[in-house]
Amino acid sequence: MNYKIIRYIVGWVLNFEAACLLLPLLCAAVYGEKELIAFALCSLICAVCGAVLTIKKPKNKAMYSKEGYVIVALSWFVISLFGCIPFMLSGAIPRFINALFETVSGFTTTGASILNDVESLPRSVLFWRSFTHWIGGMGVLVFLVAILPLSGGSNLYLIKAESPGPSVNKLVPKVRSTAKILYGFYIMLTVLEVVFLLAGGMSIFDSLTTSFGTAGTGGLGIKNDSIASFTPYSQWVVAAFMMLFGIDFSVYYLLIVKHITGVLRSEEFKVYIGIVLTAIVLLCVNCHSYFSNFGDLLRHTAFQTTSLISTTGYGTVDFDKWPEFSKTILLMLMFSGACAGSTGGGIKVSRLVILFKSIVKEIKIAAMPKSTHKITMNGKTVEHETVRAINVFMMAYLFIAVSSLLLISIDGHGFTTNFTAVIASLNNIGPGFADVGPTKNFAFYSTFSKIVLIFDMLAGRLEIFPMLVLFSPYTWRK
Amino acid sequence: MNVIIVGCGKVGQKIAEQLSGEQEHNITVIDLRAGKVHDLINQYDIMGVVGSGTSLDTLLDAGVKEADLLIAVTGSDELNLLTCLIAKKSGNCETIARVRKPEYSKEIHLFKEDLGLAMIINPEQTAADEIARILRFPSAIQIDTFAKGRVEILKFRVPADSPLDNMAIADISGKLKCDVLVCGVERGDTAFIPGGDFVLKSGDRISIVASPENGSYFFKKIGIKTNKVKDTMIVGGGATAFYLANSLIKTGIKVKIIEQRTDRCEELCRLLPKATVINGDGTDNSVLLEAGLEHAESFVALTNIDEENVLLSLFAKSKSNGKIITKINRIAYDEVINELNLDTTIYPKNIAAEYIVKFVRAKNNSLDSNIETMHLVLDGKAEALEFRITEHSPIAGKKIESLNLKSNIIIACIARDRNIITPRGHDTVKVGDTVIVVTTHRGFEDIEDILE
Repeated sequence: MNYKIIRYIVGWVLNFEAACLLLPLLCAAVYGEKELIAFALCSLICAVCGAVLTIKKPKNKAMYSKEGYVIVALSWFVISLFGCIPFMLSGAIPRFINALFETVSGFTTTGASILNDVESLPRSVLFWRSFTHWIGGMGVLVFLVAILPLSGGSNLYLIKAESPGPSVNKLVPKVRSTAKILYGFYIMLTVLEVVFLLAGGMSIFDSLTTSFGTAGTGGLGIKNDSIASFTPYSQWVVAAFMMLFGIDFSVYYLLIVKHITGVLRSEEFKVYIGIVLTAIVLLCVNCHSYFSNFGDLLRHTAFQTTSLISTTGYGTVDFDKWPEFSKTILLMLMFSGACAGSTGGGIKVSRLVILFKSIVKEIKIAAMPKSTHKITMNGKTVEHETVRAINVFMMAYLFIAVSSLLLISIDGHGFTTNFTAVIASLNNIGPGFADVGPTKNFAFYSTFSKIVLIFDMLAGRLEIFPMLVLFSPYTWRK
Repeated sequence: MNVIIVGCGKVGQKIAEQLSGEQEHNITVIDLRAGKVHDLINQYDIMGVVGSGTSLDTLLDAGVKEADLLIAVTGSDELNLLTCLIAKKSGNCETIARVRKPEYSKEIHLFKEDLGLAMIINPEQTAADEIARILRFPSAIQIDTFAKGRVEILKFRVPADSPLDNMAIADISGKLKCDVLVCGVERGDTAFIPGGDFVLKSGDRISIVASPENGSYFFKKIGIKTNKVKDTMIVGGGATAFYLANSLIKTGIKVKIIEQRTDRCEELCRLLPKATVINGDGTDNSVLLEAGLEHAESFVALTNIDEENVLLSLFAKSKSNGKIITKINRIAYDEVINELNLDTTIYPKNIAAEYIVKFVRAKNNSLDSNIETMHLVLDGKAEALEFRITEHSPIAGKKIESLNLKSNIIIACIARDRNIITPRGHDTVKVGDTVIVVTTHRGFEDIEDILE
């Protein structure tokens, strides 16, 4: 284990966070809020710790899979720990565990909150809360790889460990250029959304924070009723962008450098769009009696669909009051999640497609044992390794979900509440049903349950294995 | 430059390693074996596509339309040629193919012209050329030529009782009255670009820059033979042996080939009427001794098994005073092999990769830098680069002592018109010169890169 490179990169993560904290600081300065001191102090702490860790460049820059996983998992812990300082210092969220929950929920783009009254918070704190979504969406280490002159191909291990999806591929031969392209699209789309929201008459603060939440597919709102009080136009814009941020970013790359045929070859993209459209139609049929006109019906069902499938978690209505069939559809959307290579969470459409195809394959083999079948995706054979990794991922996912459910049920809340709380955390969605529904929050859980949910959020964002590798004694054995 | 490498074998891997270290290249590798592709992606900063190089879809995925160069180095000649052909037709890139079967050697020019290949590489042929060059100058371990053959970098091992033992480099020209420059020293597995106060020891492998005449004068001074060998004994009668024997016989060196398989012996007999072909097991001591190992002036181990080659060479070393050359296919253990005190080891795959890297460099240079030739020296730990000085060069018209050079750089030679100058501090670099720079830095493109 190369401890020095781990120390060095984690140091850079802190430097990066120090820089990120300057934005809410600026925001506090603009609105003349006293929280300026809290952000300045926190930024300083990050910068000092970061400087201490990065002052000495490691001679041996060798980094392997193990280091990659450990760096990523550790970085996310560290960034969350330091990121909760402003909440505590400013007095917005005085208790450590609550502040940590809120920060982890932010960075992992979950959007589950422990706050009852969001609107009473100072604007700079709200800004930081939304901005953590944006940082966590594409990933901290992807950003560092794009800007840091860490040479060599071993950077790929960092991106692989941080980016979601069953198999992470480069867009171009150089890791750095790949990371730059990803962030390029990320920034471009975010700016586009801000422009669209501003065009609808939204204030600059509201459109920025809302866009951050959408871009990272986070979902922490700046209003108590999430997006419900926004104009229908703004809701449509947010819904559209939630769907866009749930698409694999390499699709955008293909769209720009190659042509539409490359995009149409992407099965995951087609299935994703298919699921969204089907869900909207089914919800419209099932919920038509809840809305007075078709415009509202379409808007609200489309919004909830894109919000949950992209694992954002914004809400325009209390979908907990919808009929059981609709609620079940929404629950299924929560599980499926967005596309691999997007900023969304969940199991990912591509995994489900491959799993479905392996079931079909097994059926065919059962019917005719000597027949040979290959699972293909986008016209290419899926390697056995990938299929195996997906199977193991599903088992690990299930195992963590079940054990978390067991652990938080100690608190004694209802099954629906506990079940959807775990699912909403593990899939980085935010709201669930019943007591953790779209109009409620997670404040009532005990400290222990919150720790469990914090772990779930991190495990969900990093797709489980980095967390397991970090905590496995096997990793640390010499 | 956008480079596609088809085939992730040893040569492909070596090329990927070399080129990915240079920032300006975007490399994509193609191989049918997914495992090989993943190994390379994880090791170097490159992209990989799993598939066949002859499939248009695979090539398009790898970006053949934007590629500047495609290098086909799979194990099959025909596949390589076909890949190049398809790439040429579907993209607009230069192509390099590895073609190694001796039966194609007559058609090589045909391929090159009709298929529009930029280069054809034959690892066995290049290895044989390298060995032949060394046998013509047996005291050297490695010889690289610059300035159209007017300058050489010669690598040799300092013998135990040599006058060079315990001599500081600054004293060489004074004490031996010789115009040579030591541009690199390898001791154990470390390589140095030495300063004037560096003290040489016996056993060091040192590289000198000199014109061929000065080089041989220098070797005479320090008591090392410089004339070419009169005869050679080759164990293993593969393709390399054939190419080697062919070229040695032409220069009047007597060749004995020991080969185990009878049919191959007969074939060699037919192909090389002037060679002595012995049908016997080269690993059998008595066969070697009977063939006259003790009196052989040189011995080349070219069997297909590395271990056998190493042991054969060690045995030959104990029996004869001649020059021993060992072929090694696997590159991984070069440090261990260096410890064994074998005379010269040849890595055909390294040589092939180096040729291709050189070509890529040269092509890149024609775009935006001005390197004339490039050689890997000091066991691949350093590069010797030949730059042409234009009026835009920042060092043109300056004295060498006034230049603020980076560390680990030596200006080894200046070639001006027909003269070769061993640069001292007061010499001036002029427009139109070519200078040879030896450095452990990588990826230099222009002479200005040597300055701080």
